[in-house]
Amino acid sequence: MKNRYARQELFLGEKSQSKIQNSSVIMIGAGALGSSSAEMLTRAGVGELTIVDRDYVEWSNLQRQQLYSEEDARNKLPKAVAAKNRLQQINSEITIHSLVSDVHGLNIQEMIKGHDVIVDATDNFETRLIANDAAVKHGIPFIMGSCVASYGTTFAVIPEKTPCLHCLLNHLPVDNMTCETVGVISPIVQIVAATQVTQVLKILSGEPVKPLLKSTDVWKDEKAEIDVTRLKNEHCPTCGNEQTFPYLQYKNQTKSEVLCGRDAVQIRPATTQTFVLNVFMERLKGMVTKPILNPFLLSCGFEDYRVVFFKDGRAIIHGTNDKMVARSIYNRFLQYYSE
Amino acid sequence: MNVQLNGKQVEIPEEVNSVEKLLAHYHLQSRIAVVEINKEIVMKEDYVHQKLSHGDAVEIIHFVGGG
Repeated sequence: MKNRYARQELFLGEKSQSKIQNSSVIMIGAGALGSSSAEMLTRAGVGELTIVDRDYVEWSNLQRQQLYSEEDARNKLPKAVAAKNRLQQINSEITIHSLVSDVHGLNIQEMIKGHDVIVDATDNFETRLIANDAAVKHGIPFIMGSCVASYGTTFAVIPEKTPCLHCLLNHLPVDNMTCETVGVISPIVQIVAATQVTQVLKILSGEPVKPLLKSTDVWKDEKAEIDVTRLKNEHCPTCGNEQTFPYLQYKNQTKSEVLCGRDAVQIRPATTQTFVLNVFMERLKGMVTKPILNPFLLSCGFEDYRVVFFKDGRAIIHGTNDKMVARSIYNRFLQYYSE
Repeated sequence: MNVQLNGKQVEIPEEVNSVEKLLAHYHLQSRIAVVEINKEIVMKEDYVHQKLSHGDAVEIIHFVGGG
């Protein structure tokens, strides 16, 4: 018998296997977590898989982003495209859609429509909260996962049952610890992704999922889990009594615009935060060239670009007309700021 | 005093006797975290008042951005 799913079906049962094969899953992000989850879901035979990512493959990805090869890095292939290529080699019987796109509050609803589960494989809180808003609004389970260094967390948001990510986080945190500042090892990626995929398989099979926030530190050998039912907040603007879905609103988007005729892009963040520029300057030491600081802004060379950063978080990235490039430079730059 | 933190027995200084001080002790004060003591979640506004006692089972999960 030519049944590639035989072992899985033996465990899950014929009914669940058929549900999985008729299901549709969307991955927001195709970095480390996304690579790992997407491969498991592809092998498991999820009927349709949509992969959204804005980035391209780089050498520093190869240590943990298991779908990509040296050739992908050499060709700077968009991750969504490289992922699809590899995944179709693994399983040609499923349908894979790849979207090379920046996910934001104004396009996410169109992307997630018709999917049964949303898998969080993003690398920042803002996109997570955007996905969380869209998931709750459309009643689609959202499987949160994140990791850095040797530590990771997971939580399954089941609309109308569990608290949502917004209940847990309360507000948009400033993220000052990321893979690019403190690093990451692949075992924690695999643990987080494996936990997320287990939740996906359970949800697709119709099994209940517990409202457990889980964390693991694979290096320190620590584990924790907390039943977060009590954190469901009736005043939550995403899942409470008066839902406004703030992260899907135009006024709360990080906005980028190409500055006419200047080979530069302006980024305006969603947060209303005041940055202490001299502290920021201090943290950037060694990372930037020709820094200039005045009471209103700091300006410096960063990677191949010139960044002019204002104290309200607005920035102009000189040296590109590409909004996606500018946003990723902006995100990388901001990682050096800490509270 | 001794508490059980994320499943492990740890010794913390006597003066670390509230949730707020415990988070500071582990440099987690500026992070978003969920804290549970003896299976009860402690709400943020109670971090200052909520006392820690010898033998408490404490779980702390903080959020990170990467992926």
